[in-house]
Amino acid sequence: MMAIDCKALSADFSTRRSGTTAVLKSVQLRVMTGETFGLIGPSGCGKSTLLRILAGLHTRWRGEVSIFGQTLQPDNYPRNALLSTVQMVFQDPYASLHPRHSVGRALLEPLKVNNIPEPARRLRQALDDVGLPPSIEQRYPHQMSGGQRQRVAIARALLLRPSLLLLDEPTSALDVSVQAEILNLLNQLKARYNMTMLLVSHDAGVIAHMCDRAAVMQDGAMAQLLLREQLAIYGGT
Amino acid sequence: MTMATQRLSTLFFRHAAPATLLRIAATSVLSLALTLAGLLAVTFAMSALSPIDPALQQVGDHASAATYAQARHALDLDAPLPERFVHYLDRLCHGDLGVSTATGQPVLGELREVFPATFELSTIALLLSAMAGVGLALLSARWPGSWIDSVIRIISLLGSSVPIFWLGLVALALFYAHWHWAGGPGRLDDAYEYTIDMPSGLVLVDSWHSGMPGAFASAVKHMLLPVLLLASYVLGSIARLTRTALLGELHQEYVTLARAKGAGSSWILLHHVLPNCAGPMLTVIALAYTNLLQGAVLTETVFARPGLGRYLTNALFYGDVPAILGATLVLGIAFILINGTTDMLVRLLDPRQR
Repeated sequence: MMAIDCKALSADFSTRRSGTTAVLKSVQLRVMTGETFGLIGPSGCGKSTLLRILAGLHTRWRGEVSIFGQTLQPDNYPRNALLSTVQMVFQDPYASLHPRHSVGRALLEPLKVNNIPEPARRLRQALDDVGLPPSIEQRYPHQMSGGQRQRVAIARALLLRPSLLLLDEPTSALDVSVQAEILNLLNQLKARYNMTMLLVSHDAGVIAHMCDRAAVMQDGAMAQLLLREQLAIYGGT
Repeated sequence: MTMATQRLSTLFFRHAAPATLLRIAATSVLSLALTLAGLLAVTFAMSALSPIDPALQQVGDHASAATYAQARHALDLDAPLPERFVHYLDRLCHGDLGVSTATGQPVLGELREVFPATFELSTIALLLSAMAGVGLALLSARWPGSWIDSVIRIISLLGSSVPIFWLGLVALALFYAHWHWAGGPGRLDDAYEYTIDMPSGLVLVDSWHSGMPGAFASAVKHMLLPVLLLASYVLGSIARLTRTALLGELHQEYVTLARAKGAGSSWILLHHVLPNCAGPMLTVIALAYTNLLQGAVLTETVFARPGLGRYLTNALFYGDVPAILGATLVLGIAFILINGTTDMLVRLLDPRQR
C-alpha cells in the first residue's frame, strides 16, 4: 500500500516585499508503507515545506496528495482522520517544546485535546519507549540535555501511535555523539510500531544510515531518486 | 488553603520547590528594601535642597531673626544634614510626616483620607482595563487584520488619545445631567455625604458597611463614570502591547507543534501563547497602575473626588513641602511595591527564571 502519494505538488510563499516565490515545483513522490524514505538537499530547496504540507501545517499548495489513500485538500486538512496517522518531529526540540510546560504537561496535552483514554499509562509507555525515566515528567525543557529533549519530542509524536512519522532534520540540532543514539532509537521504534518514516536531512550520512530510498531535492523539484545501493555510495559508507 | 487557591497555585507555580519560592521572595524583599532606602534618601534630599524655606514659610517675612532661628531649630533645619536624615528616618518610623504648611494638619492624617480614594478608583479601573484589554488583545490576535481587529484598534486608540478631562465633561453632561444613568461629581449623593462614617476611606467598603443599601448604590453610581474613563485611558496600551506580544509568540515553533498535536487555535492562544506573554503583560499592567495612581488628577478634578493626585497638585501650587514630600513618599512606596511585586511574579511564573 502507498503511504504517501504526491502528484504535481506545487507550493509558494508570497510576501508583500518580494512577491510570490515558488517553493515546490510539480513534485512527484511515492513512499511505500513501512519504508523509510529520505529527502536530501540544500537549505531552502523545499524539503521542510513538503513535510509541513503532509502534516497539514502549510495549506497553500496545488496538486494531488494522499496519505494512506486519504486524499488531502489544501484548505481542509482532515485533521481528525489523520491526527493519529501522521505526526511530525521538528528540527529543534528546544524551540518546539513550550518553555513553561513541564514534560508531563506537554506530553499529556495531545491525549487531553483528543480525548484519548488512559493518558497516564500511555505517557509512561511513551517515556519508556524512548528510554526516559518517569521522573523526567516534572522537568522543563531548559532542565534537559539536547538528546533528552529530542527523545521527549519523539515520545510526544509516538503518543498518538502514528503510522507515518515525519522527521524534519531530527538530529541536526544535536551533538554528533547524541545523533547516533537518536537515529538508532528511531530505527528501533519504527520496527516496534511498524511505522513509515519520511526523513528530511541535509546530511548524506544520516540518510544513508536510515533510509531504504531517498530523493534529492533541488530548487523545489525532485532532482534524483536514490535506491538503497546508491545511497551507500552517496553517504560514503 | 481553599480549593480555588490550591488550583491557582498549581496553575502558576507547578513544580516550583518551596525553597525556590522562598529564595525568590527573599531576594525580592531585599531588593524592595534597598530601593526603599534609595527613595527615602531622594525624598530627604528633595526637602533639604528645595529652594522653599519652611521656617520662613511658617514665621513670615516680617519675623525677627530670633523667631526665625527658633523656627529653624524647631523644624530641625539647623542640624547637620546627616543628623537631619537620621531624625527624618526616626520621625518616619514613628509615622510623623510633618505638618502641612497650607492646612496646619498632620500630613499623615491628610494622606490617610486621600490615598484610599485614589487607591480604590485606580484599582477598580485597573482591574477593568486589564480584563478588557487582555480580552480585546486575544480577539485581535485570534483574527489579526480582520474587521474585529480594526474595531478593537479604533476603540483602544480612542481611549488613549481623547483628552480625559474633555471625555469626563462630555460623559457628565450626557450620562449624569441628561440621562441620569450615572452619579455626578463627588463620591456620594448629598443625602449620604455626611451621614456615613468612612473609617477605611474606601467609599464602596464604608457605604457597604453602613447598612444603607441606598448609600452603596449611590457610591457605585458615582464611581461608574470615573472608573470607565480611567479604564479607557489605559485600556489602549494594555490591549495593543498584549496583542503585539501574542502575535510575536504565535510564530514560535512550539505553536506549530501544538497545532501538530491537534490543538485548536483558541486552545493554543489561551493555553500556550497567553501564559508565555505573562512577562510583558504584567509589566504593561503594572505601568498602567502606576500611571493611574499618579495621573488620576484630572479625573479627580472633573468629578470632584478627593485623591492623591489632586492633593499633590494643590500642595505643589501652595509650595507645601511636607505635603509634597509625604505624597511623593506614598507614591514612591506604591511604585516600589507594584514594580517589586511584578518582578517577583514574572520570575515565579517563568520556570526558566526560578
